[in-house]
Amino acid sequence: MNMSTLEIRGLHVRVNTDQGPKDILKGVDLTVRAGETHAIMGHNGSGKSTLAYTIAGHPKYQVVEGSITLDGVDVLSMSVDERARAGIFLAMQHPVEVPGVSVSNFLRTSVTAVRGEAPKLRDWLKEMRGAMASLQIDPAFADRNVNEGFSGGERKRHEILQLELLKPSFAVLDETDSGLDVDALRIVSEGVNRVRATGKTGVLLITHTSRLLTHIPADFVHVFSDGRIIHEGGMEVARTIDAQGYEPFVGARA
Amino acid sequence: MGIMDAPPKDLTLDLSGRTLADVPVPSGREEEWRFTPLRRLGGLHTLESAASPALTIDAPASVTVTQASVDAPDFRPTDRLAVAALELSSSMTLVRVPADTSLAEPIVIAHRGDAVTASVVRIEVGTHARATIVIDVTGSGSHTAAVQLVAAAGADVSLLQVSDGDRDQVYAAQHALRIGADAVVRHIAVTLGGDVVRLVTSAQYDGEGGRLDALGVFFTDAGQHHEHRLFVDHDAPHCTSDVQYKGALQGEDAHAVWIGDVLIRAAAIGTRTYEMNRNLVLTEGARADSVPNLEIETGDVASAGHASATGRFDEEQLFYLLARGIPLVEAKRLVVRGFIGDLVARIPVATLRDRCMARVEQRLGDQDPRFAFEDAE
Repeated sequence: MNMSTLEIRGLHVRVNTDQGPKDILKGVDLTVRAGETHAIMGHNGSGKSTLAYTIAGHPKYQVVEGSITLDGVDVLSMSVDERARAGIFLAMQHPVEVPGVSVSNFLRTSVTAVRGEAPKLRDWLKEMRGAMASLQIDPAFADRNVNEGFSGGERKRHEILQLELLKPSFAVLDETDSGLDVDALRIVSEGVNRVRATGKTGVLLITHTSRLLTHIPADFVHVFSDGRIIHEGGMEVARTIDAQGYEPFVGARA
Repeated sequence: MGIMDAPPKDLTLDLSGRTLADVPVPSGREEEWRFTPLRRLGGLHTLESAASPALTIDAPASVTVTQASVDAPDFRPTDRLAVAALELSSSMTLVRVPADTSLAEPIVIAHRGDAVTASVVRIEVGTHARATIVIDVTGSGSHTAAVQLVAAAGADVSLLQVSDGDRDQVYAAQHALRIGADAVVRHIAVTLGGDVVRLVTSAQYDGEGGRLDALGVFFTDAGQHHEHRLFVDHDAPHCTSDVQYKGALQGEDAHAVWIGDVLIRAAAIGTRTYEMNRNLVLTEGARADSVPNLEIETGDVASAGHASATGRFDEEQLFYLLARGIPLVEAKRLVVRGFIGDLVARIPVATLRDRCMARVEQRLGDQDPRFAFEDAE
């Protein structure tokens, strides 16, 4: 079995804004191995989401320095779809609507791309329905258009459904807890925990509160500020942030 | 005619009884010509003579097909090209479906074009008859066609126009539809090929309770000009028109034009009408013009509405699909299939549905065999 490792080294990322180029990531170093769960916590605007989208290859983010490798293979030279097929998955905070494309067609096309062959229809339907049932997604969802008219909670469950079906070696979950009520948070967390329990996926949780971490305990918690990791520790870091905010870490650095 | 700041809209443009001698050559400034690239019309707008196209007609035995002298006094041409078709055609193809017959197979009129041609086709479908007619245009050359459908009371008719010519073809046609009392006419335009396609569909109602469903699906590629102009003239009570056009565009200078004019006259009480055009622009450099226009002259309308929207396959949608491992070409196919799929499903001839989808997918890129799903189970 291939135990994957994602390595980020000295990553500097820039975006073009109306006011000109802006440096967002200013030297990120991070290693995530399969079976590990890491959390990145930081204020809104600290660059956490930029890190998520840069790993996935969004064209808006320009890598000016540094490297990302998956098992030693250069990720930055891959196109977005190549990265996904190589085993990188991003659960998005705001997944977009894709009018006219049904959930079942979308999922099957995606699974076909990532696995390299089309699953047999009968096996596929069973697999999809099973995965939907465990996330308490109404079977009628399969015929709805991707994210069209979905509530915030439905979108997040749909993202985790994809996580469970695609079985990536590395998954970034961008603010997956935002907009979820208590029940939805539990259901979504159980889905993530099923993926973690396989030991085959490295998970990077991006969040600005510790709410998600009470359901999905992280092995490592990284505090993110102004484009870089300024503190690392275990769950005690999340508890400190919960009690005192980011001040103890940001202040310590200043 | 001089240049006016705001030319009056003339929905009732009717050149009945006019000849080429008294219809001016368009300059391109006229309302009905302002979107059309006249220089690319292959001279159709200045035409003085034309050959007859070779039409191959395949019809069930109960249908009569004859060549007659051109006699279509009830055809209301709306532009010079239709006048040219009526005046320059040496004969008219007359297709008659007897009353109370129900055709099991479609009538197929195949037009494989070359040279410069003009043609008139008149299709008469008798009372309570059911018929499907396919006009299948391929090949090259420049053509103007006047097609008249007369659906008698209670008839149920589907008329499909497939414009699938070579990339150098110019094809212009006016389809004049007469819809009898309680008749149902489905008009379906599938526009894929050619350099320039300009299809004018005009409809009038001969009695109460008639229904028109006008569907259109087009795929406009780099450099192509696809223009669909509809004019539904509600002049009888309690009739219905439902117009739905969807198109996808890709590539530099792909240009699609959709004009949807609906006029509800004073006599047309209880009218129901809806018209919709949606365009999906897949790349930079492609342009879609969409102009719905509804004029109501009666106070008693059952329902009337229109919708027009042009959306882009935007970077975020593309990113989402790519981020799920779906390659670019497959992502576009998924989106376009989803976009036009509901209208394609309403094409009443299975082979044309398949051909339409296959041609669109081919234009989007070569099929990756991994995605050829076998859904028969």
